Amino acid sequence: MVPTPELQDPPHAPKLLDRRDFAVIGEIVEPGARVLDLGCGDGLLLQWLAEKKHVDGRGIEISGTRVQRAIARGVSVYQGDIDQGLQDYPGQAFDYVILSQTLQETRQPLRVLQEMLRVGRRAIVSFPNFGHWSVRLALLATGKAPKTRHFPYDWYDSPNIHFLTVHDFERLARRETLEIERRFFLSGERKVDLLPNLRAEVAVYLVKA
Amino acid sequence: MIVETRLARFESLPLDSGATLAPVQVAYETYGALNHDRSNAILVLHAFSGDAHAAGISREGGKPGWWENMIGPGKAFDTDRYFVICSNVLGGCRGTTGPSSVNPATGVPYAMTFPVITIRDMVRLQKMLIDHLGIERLLAVTGGSMGGMQALEWAASCPEAVVSSIPIAATARHSAQQIAFNEVGRQAIIADPDWNGGQYYDGKPPARGLAIARMVGHITYMSDDSMREKFGRRLRDKDNLSYAFDVDFEVESYLRYRGSEFVNRFDANSYLYITKAMDYFDLTNGQKSLAAVFENVRTRFLVISFSSDWLYPSYQSIEIVRALRGRNLDVAYCELPSNYGHDAFLVDVAEQTDLIRGFLDSTSKHLRRPPSAAEAPRRAPSSHRPVHRGA
Repeated sequence: MVPTPELQDPPHAPKLLDRRDFAVIGEIVEPGARVLDLGCGDGLLLQWLAEKKHVDGRGIEISGTRVQRAIARGVSVYQGDIDQGLQDYPGQAFDYVILSQTLQETRQPLRVLQEMLRVGRRAIVSFPNFGHWSVRLALLATGKAPKTRHFPYDWYDSPNIHFLTVHDFERLARRETLEIERRFFLSGERKVDLLPNLRAEVAVYLVKA
Repeated sequence: MIVETRLARFESLPLDSGATLAPVQVAYETYGALNHDRSNAILVLHAFSGDAHAAGISREGGKPGWWENMIGPGKAFDTDRYFVICSNVLGGCRGTTGPSSVNPATGVPYAMTFPVITIRDMVRLQKMLIDHLGIERLLAVTGGSMGGMQALEWAASCPEAVVSSIPIAATARHSAQQIAFNEVGRQAIIADPDWNGGQYYDGKPPARGLAIARMVGHITYMSDDSMREKFGRRLRDKDNLSYAFDVDFEVESYLRYRGSEFVNRFDANSYLYITKAMDYFDLTNGQKSLAAVFENVRTRFLVISFSSDWLYPSYQSIEIVRALRGRNLDVAYCELPSNYGHDAFLVDVAEQTDLIRGFLDSTSKHLRRPPSAAEAPRRAPSSHRPVHRGA
């Protein structure tokens, strides 16, 4: 299935806190929403959402130093593991559960996705697209695990353990009968409409169970 | 900043045991100024051996407060912004009614006729003090160790009066290990012939028993790492082992010093009563789960534990945090890396300062913001954990 292009969106992809997927997320989340950010790092996105959109935000982050920085920013972050961290929350506790560029780092991506949609009404998932032409070319031309702008690590010290493409995510969503409400494909400073699996560096999905 | 301890007196205090204490007085200090809408008050709760003198220089003793590095202008609890209150706990020996206070009915100190008290009784008295000061709602309640237990009890007993709670190095219930160490301390006191069934106020106090109790306590407050760093196997004022039982090692000397120093400032019967209150502490208090305790709670939480604290290990903080998450409450949690063991909450100031400053700042903002449409509707205030025991 060819994803529906977001025709109404301008081709330019703005940055938020130096991240273009954050700008998309900032656009999706409506004011006053209850938001859980998984792998929230220093809590920059949550802080921005709290200040600009008055969301009621929480975060989970594994790194202690990042948790400290996030709490110092006034963001409610819990030090813990995403793979297990969701189980304590009651069902539908949040309007949005965000997983930005972390799905490929989780041990059980499908379980994380299912848990996200249990505790949240909607999930916002962004990930680097392993199907991008530069990744394909790197593997084909060098015969080595690809190192590109969005996959900058050597295979032995990469946090990424589950590589996926735009097609992979769409197929999984179909198999799990998840409703994809919106999709955004980003390449550098531009939003991509055509051939996203080849041209998108980063994909952002708004998903509902 | 020169500060003075003040006293508030109340006619009577009903206790969990069913007994009533009458009259009762509470010693407290305040720092900073209460703002016009009375929304900047923070109640600081001291640990086992602390007192009302948390900050500033005391007019009586000339000494700095026990959390001097955390409370003051520009500090974590910034007295330029917040009105900070600290009171001595019920059962204590530093101005608040305790076993060493004179029983007005007999004209002599209560000693062991003092009723057994609980952490919730302590909080009930603090609530009376806060009401007396004309404060309806506290921006935050906070404390380390036993102070953290009170900070939890505050949120459970008076959810509508607590905007946020910061329990540090605390637990929702004393474990077998925690009770065990307290029991060793109590038995050391009781085994001292000078204890005399608690009747020692007109003679010699049970100094040896109390000192030994304190020595055990100090071991539990440190970590293997911090003791190795601080003392190692260093000898005290000698080059060779003495082959006798006076002090050989630096660590022995330290513990003896700490023990004997404690005797001058703490009452042995208070030791018995307050450790008992800690051992009785179980926030669930007959309810089926910790999550059930937080049913009517809307308080924000910042929970802090320390990596080397084996007396109040992180798993106990995580247990609290998980129950709060189960209620979808606003909770931040961090285990701070530290070598100082349980003492870390008094020592590792810089890291705690960053966390607490950010948390209080956002709590104040929350307070000013109108509730969002997405926020869950408030339920009626809890009636199953009344602070003032009902008629």
